[in-house]
Amino acid sequence: MIGTLETGHGLWSALYWLLSLAVLFLIAYFIYSSGGKTVKASGDKGKPFLSGNEMSKEETHVKSSNIYWGFTEALKSYYTPLKGEHTGDVNDYVSWFVVVLAVVLILAGGL
Amino acid sequence: MINEHLPALIIGIPLLAAFATPLISKINDKLRNIFVIGVLGATLCLVVSLAFNVFDNGIFVYVMGAKSTGLSLPSGYRMPIRIILEVDGMSIFMAIISSVVAFFGAIYSWAFMHKETGKDKYYTLLLILTAGMFGMEFTGDMFNFFVFLEITSIAACSLVGFKIRRGESSEAAFKTMVLYTLGALFVLFAVGILYGQYDALNIATLASRIQYTAMDKVALGLLVAGLAMKAGAVPMHMWVPDAYAEAPAPITMILVANSQASLYGIFRVCFTLYGLTISTHTVGWIIIILGILSMFIGVTMALIQKKIKRLMAYHAISQTGYMLLGVGVGLAVLSDANALNSYGLKAMEGGIFHIINHAMYKGLLFLTAGAVIYTTGKRNLNELGGLAHKMKFTTIFFIIGAAAIAGLPPFNGFASKLIIYESVYKFNPMLSIIAMLVSILTLASFVKVFQSAFLGPEIIKIKKEPKTMIFAMLCLSVIIIAFGLFPDIVVDKIVAPAANALVNSMQYIAAILGGA
Repeated sequence: MIGTLETGHGLWSALYWLLSLAVLFLIAYFIYSSGGKTVKASGDKGKPFLSGNEMSKEETHVKSSNIYWGFTEALKSYYTPLKGEHTGDVNDYVSWFVVVLAVVLILAGGL
Repeated sequence: MINEHLPALIIGIPLLAAFATPLISKINDKLRNIFVIGVLGATLCLVVSLAFNVFDNGIFVYVMGAKSTGLSLPSGYRMPIRIILEVDGMSIFMAIISSVVAFFGAIYSWAFMHKETGKDKYYTLLLILTAGMFGMEFTGDMFNFFVFLEITSIAACSLVGFKIRRGESSEAAFKTMVLYTLGALFVLFAVGILYGQYDALNIATLASRIQYTAMDKVALGLLVAGLAMKAGAVPMHMWVPDAYAEAPAPITMILVANSQASLYGIFRVCFTLYGLTISTHTVGWIIIILGILSMFIGVTMALIQKKIKRLMAYHAISQTGYMLLGVGVGLAVLSDANALNSYGLKAMEGGIFHIINHAMYKGLLFLTAGAVIYTTGKRNLNELGGLAHKMKFTTIFFIIGAAAIAGLPPFNGFASKLIIYESVYKFNPMLSIIAMLVSILTLASFVKVFQSAFLGPEIIKIKKEPKTMIFAMLCLSVIIIAFGLFPDIVVDKIVAPAANALVNSMQYIAAILGGA
């Protein structure tokens, strides 16, 4: 059938996947529409809440640097040397190039 | 008549147009833009025409200025001495990518470069870069490969430093030039070694004569290292974020295709030039290791970037790893017919399919980044927010590109990654697990960009993106969705012939030497 890809281990069809997604969406929409409609978005509802502090919308925007702070902090021992190698110095770029060339030559020489 | 000269025309038309562009610029800027887009559109049509020819009739051999590939002596000794273009399934596959990317890059440039000065030089360099990529992909000669590599390098470095008012651009261009020059020098040295031993520069002739002496091993090392550097493989990747971040967005998209042309060079060297003699298992593993390092270090470095184009540049490095992994696995099992048929060829198809997918979605992502920079004047993600309120089209295109690069169904990135995961798993499950982990981190990284730049309240004033920029992004989005919905057609029609062309190196050799 058109759109069916042989992956070497099985088959993949994006069209069937979309069809399944549409069915799931309909089920989810049915459950959603069966729910109560008593909540009204008025007054303070929908405003940003940060531990009871009054804040503007602009102040609540999470900046890029703060996202995944925990992830990078936990992997500090990985990131510190990695960032250290990315010096921005073209001499270091060339050094790495020469190192790789040496390694490849050694490996190729042993073939 | 035209059909007989397609490879030469595909290289020649953009090259000649490049030199005509400054003259047309003297008449009118609008006319110049139409001319460049028209030339690249016509080139794209010629590439498609050549693709049909190659897929229907097999390898297309074109001899510059003659009908025969070489001279035959009275003794019967025959040797290819002319400039030969040899277009097989892999070459034309790469040319399709280069032509599509260059065409949409020119369309996008119309509005993106509107306020810049020196656009005659910009378009001239863009056309030279495109012609150079075609030359690298079509040539059947090692020295000409070096010449076209240099043409692309010079044009690419000039375009990286095009916005000279930014000090960072000049610095990035300088760093790129140093690395490119060194890489090209390695390639030239390798070509010299091969010529000194075998009195030939033709790839097919060299492949038939190569003995794999100690000097051949040196040449192999020089070629692999030099081309892997230009492809952006870790740990020789550090120029990539500098260059990709500072080049104008449409040029960054074309630089991705340019790096892929070097990737093609590695594959051509390993499969065709040395394929009959080397221990493909060991060289395959070298490529796999470069791929795994590129994938993992690229994505983890991307996660901590604050500038939108630098982040995307690290992702370009990471995605190159998938291509190296897929094709590396195919090379590693090349001498084992059972493994090759069981999963090696599929892994190669996955890696090669990922090349075209990457060119499309990474091109789209760089164009969305260009639209953000164009409309806000900002590159730092910390200074962005709420762009989705005004830039609705760019937001949708970004979501499509981000989902594709993260390997989410039903987009094209998922299809190629799925083939890689499943086939590489049979070779070594750990490699497949690393590839999946990298995909998760890729998604995390683009969630960060989406949240910080596009969601949230409007914190900066922005203007709307011009229509030509939207058109270029729309076309790439349509390709991404089409490749995702009907991956089987792409794999059957253009990817599988490319993988087969690499595996069957004897056909490439026989097309020149006549079954010798």
